[in-house]
Parts: sequence; C-alpha cells; structure tokens
Amino acid sequence: MLATTFTLALRSIRRHLLRSFLTVLGIVIGVAAVVAMVTLGQATTAAVQQSIASLGTNILQVRPGQGFGRGGGGARPPDFDQRDVDAVVEQVAGVKAVAPQAQSTATAIYNGANWSTTINGTTNDYFEVQPWNLTGGRTFLPAEEAAGRAVCIIGNTVRQNLFREQPAVGERIRLNNVSCDVIGTLETRGQAGFGGDQDDVVIMPIKTVQRRFTGNRDVRLMLVGVDDNYDTAQVQESLTEVLRERRRLEEGDEDNFNIFDTAQISATLTGTTTLLTSIVAAVAGISLVVGGIGIMNIMLVSVTERTREIGIRLAIGAVAREVLLQFLVEAIVLSMLGGLIGLVLAQIVIVVLTPIMQVPFVFDPQINLIAFAISAIIGVVFGFFPARRAASLNPIDALRHE
Amino acid sequence: MAAAAAGAASVADEPIIALRGVTKVYGEGPTAFEALKGVDLDIDPGDFVAVMGPSGSGKSTTMNILGCLDVPSAGQFRFKRVHVETLDRDQRALLRRRYLGFVFQGFNLLSRTTALENVELPLVYRGEDRKTRQRLGMAALEKVGLDKWWDHTPAELSGGQQQRVAIARAIVTSPDVLLADEPTGNLDSERSVEIMQLLTGLNRDSGITVLMVTHEPEMAAFARTVIHFKDGLVERIDRNHHQGERV
Repeated sequence: MLATTFTLALRSIRRHLLRSFLTVLGIVIGVAAVVAMVTLGQATTAAVQQSIASLGTNILQVRPGQGFGRGGGGARPPDFDQRDVDAVVEQVAGVKAVAPQAQSTATAIYNGANWSTTINGTTNDYFEVQPWNLTGGRTFLPAEEAAGRAVCIIGNTVRQNLFREQPAVGERIRLNNVSCDVIGTLETRGQAGFGGDQDDVVIMPIKTVQRRFTGNRDVRLMLVGVDDNYDTAQVQESLTEVLRERRRLEEGDEDNFNIFDTAQISATLTGTTTLLTSIVAAVAGISLVVGGIGIMNIMLVSVTERTREIGIRLAIGAVAREVLLQFLVEAIVLSMLGGLIGLVLAQIVIVVLTPIMQVPFVFDPQINLIAFAISAIIGVVFGFFPARRAASLNPIDALRHE
Repeated sequence: MAAAAAGAASVADEPIIALRGVTKVYGEGPTAFEALKGVDLDIDPGDFVAVMGPSGSGKSTTMNILGCLDVPSAGQFRFKRVHVETLDRDQRALLRRRYLGFVFQGFNLLSRTTALENVELPLVYRGEDRKTRQRLGMAALEKVGLDKWWDHTPAELSGGQQQRVAIARAIVTSPDVLLADEPTGNLDSERSVEIMQLLTGLNRDSGITVLMVTHEPEMAAFARTVIHFKDGLVERIDRNHHQGERV
C-alpha cells in the first residue's frame, strides 16, 4: 500500500514537473543556504583555530597597558625590562621559558631590492615557546645573543621580496643603516587570525635591537611558555602577582599590564564565529519555512484540482486515512526531493566558495543529514493541512465537483 | 455471498437492502428541506432495479444512502443485516470497498491513467498485490470487452468505452451490489443499449444486484423492478415480466 502510494506521489509530481520544481524551490534554496552557511562557518572556525594554533598553545602574551580600548589620559604604563623577564622565569612556577620582545620597524635592503618590515628583537626562547621552524640556517648562538651581534633570521615574506628564489642564508642585508648577516630563514606561518602578515618580520637578538634600533632597554612584550603539566589559569594568576609586586601596584590599583591567553583568544573567536554561523543559518532557515508554505499552497491547489479524483477514491472505498496518506506522502516526497537538490546545490556552493574564502573544504555529514531531515519534516508539517482537507471531503460533493 | 446472490430468485431470501422509515433533511430551521419523508423499501438479492422519478423526488438522495455515501436523518437502513445508519464514515467506506460498485453518469475515470489502472484502483484499497490486481483487472476488462484497450487513457476512448471501463472498475471486486447513477445519461441511444445489455448480462450471469437511476423509460425497461419516486416517497413499484427485451 505504502509503495503504491509512493509511486502515485512520484507520478503526480512528474505530471506537473515545472510546477513541482517551482514549488520546492523554496526548500531547495533554504536547504542549500543552511548547509552552505553552516559548512562555511565551520570551515572559518577551523581556519581561525588553525591560525591561532600556529601561534602556539599554552602561551601567555604579557604586554604593558590597561585593559582593552582604554584610550587617552594618564601616563603610559612603563614597559618591562630584562629584570622583569628574569623575575618571571625564577619566581613563577610552571613557566617553561620566557621570550622577551623589543620591536621596531626598518627598511630592509639587499642588492637594490628594498622592503619595509618589522624588526623583532628576542632570544632563542622565542622558538621554544611557540612552534615556528626554520627552513634553513640556524638560530642565534649564545655569543651572538650576549654580544648583541648584527645577525638576523628572516620571515618568508621578507625573504621573497629581497631574495626571490635565491638562497638568503649567508647573505648580508641592510636594515636602515645596520649591516646584518642572514643566519636563518623561517617557514611560512600565514595570516594571523586578526590580520597582518606574520611572515613579514626580521628577527634579531634583543640586545641588538635595543642598542641599534629602539635605543633603550625596554621589553615591549613577553611571550611566556607554560609547561604542559601546569594549569594556564594558575600560572597566569601567579604571573599577575609577581608583576604587580614588581610594578609596585597598591591593593585596589588596576593592573597596568595585560595577559592574553592564546587558548582563551581561540575560545573567544571560535565562540564568535560559531554564534555568527548560527545567526546566518537561522536566517537561512526562515527560507525553509517560506518554502514549506509554498508546498502547502500548491498542495491546497492540487487538492482542489483533484477533488473529483478524491471523490472517486472515497466512493470506491478509500478510508479517510488512506486519502490523507496519499497527499501527505506526496508533500513529503516533494519536499524531500527539494531537500536533495538543495544538498547538491550546497556542495557546489561550498566547493566554489572555499578557495575564495581561503578556508578548508569540510564535508560535515551531520548538517547534511539534519537539513535533509528538516526538509522531510517540513513536508509533514505543511503537507498535513492540505492532506487533511482532502481526506475530510464529502464523497458526494467531491464527485459533483466540476 | 456469490451463493446467496445466485439463489436470488427464491422467495425465502431476505432482502439484501431494507429501508424503514428513512428520512433525510437538509439544512436546519425554517430553511430545512425534507428530501425523503419516510421511505420503506426492500430490494432482493439479484434483482435489477431501476429508480425513476422527476428531479427533486428523492431518488438521488436514496441512491446516496443506498450507496453508503450518505446516512439517513432518521429511520433504518439495513444492508445485509448491518445497520448502516449506525456506522461511521470509515466503516461505511469499508462496506463500499467490500460489497459495492459504482458507475456514474460522467464516467468519473482518472484522467491520464490507463484503463487497466483505473480498473485496478479498487483493488489497491483492498490491498491486493500488483499481480493479482493485473489479473483481476484484465479479467474485468475482458467482461466488458475492452481487454485489448487496457493501455488506453480515458481521453483515447469513446464515451461508451469509458463507461464500460467504469463498469469494469465497479465489478472488479465482485461486489454484491452495483449502483449506477444514470449510466447512459451521457451516451447516444445505441451506446446506451449496449451498456444496458452489459448490465443485464452481469445481473443474469453473476447474480449481481443492480440499482440504477434513470429517467429514460427505454432504459428502465431493461430492469426487473422499477421504483417510482415522487416528493420524497416511493410512489409505486412496477414489475417487468419481459425484462431484457427491447420495448
């Protein structure tokens, strides 16, 4: 009986092919939109997580300053110095290593090519607290760090702009008026999650940068690597305590430094993209409801058109439930076909958009299944009312219907 | 039931259909219209009955009640001892499915559906499998002489052929009673006679009880019993002794 009903539904849909297609267009677009949006949203989240993971996990970034977006007024909080760095290493439990950073900008020149870039002064700990491998050359020697020698490790963007395809290690470049030996090249890290090219950088020993570029002993930023066996939050707490003491902050004073936990940033950003994804998906979901109304509309028209047929079926002994089932199955088949077309459309949209959005292609069977199930449910919900109307027709009136 | 129908002529048989004081009122209050005013009627199994009367006489209302499509406002309708007036919508549908066949004036075939599929339709609701449906459907088409036309749609058939398909659909389930509402109303006299001969033959050979509404005396002449309705009551009942002969 059900198989017959199913065949009947397919035949009826085929009989009005164009109308059926237009009817399910809402479902097609709705399903395609929901699946594409959710999939692309997940891909974006994955991309953001990836780029944050490239910064390294279990890292605390410590900067002087007061909270986010606290503009103007009052003296600028002082930078850190080497003694702060040493104090953190010695006094805070769970700290694996601390990489101090002093930053400046300079124009790098090699053989007539020049490129404006960021100079980042740090120590070898920089490569220890975060995953960033060299593609060639070496890191700093202890003697180079101690003496503040003019040696540098260059990021991939700088390398490409100055050296093209030629080997860079062993060459000598000029940074403003400082001559500097290239001792290493870094692997590509790509865009940071919040803009800015992480590969556009030249890394030098911190002493060199302090002496030759910034002209002071200040440390702008500390990258604190946390031991995997320690809880980041706890380390952050004792780190705050040590720094407050060193910066002579009274009880009740606000911190004049910020500590960012990359894991926390990752969680925040993931939360944000997930929220955005669900909002966009919800908007797309509205078109599913609109599509359902379209199906109900056409099913009502169909019931009216086929009133005589319904009358015949009732007269020869169909019970109400069987007529109801016939129209319900037709609505469900219709909307499931729409759902299927929508899924195919969604995959096409995703394949086209992922390279443009520079996110990885992720096929998530769950969202596809859910969207398909929703299209079926829409068929049930919006097909029920027309089907019940068909089933409740009076056979005598239905047979007389012109 | 075939045995019961075969012995139709015997006097001892109780009526297959019995109406007692059946009334039917449409509407309510001052606008109410009493279509049937207390009809008493017995129909024997195997009979060939023509129902006649002017429009508004209550013959269509009676046929709707006899076809279990409608219920009386008051009174009793017993069909094979079952009190139909006590049955609900779905129970009456099951009764129609099991015991009744319908032929309409306007044929009422499903368009864009082949003759065989039209004939198979009642079997679908009986839950017969595909093979049985085809076998019984072809057999019914053969009885009406259209087995060679099984794959034609109604649009490709003449009016007479369409009505014969409709008759095949009505008899495919071997019903006890065949209800025909002006079956020749849309046909010329030659086709009409063919249809009447077909019905007469079915009545004679299969013992099927035929109830037919008509306003043409020539068609009523094929029946064994002619019931005349007037003003919501049975006016008189005639017995034809030369049933089946052309007048």
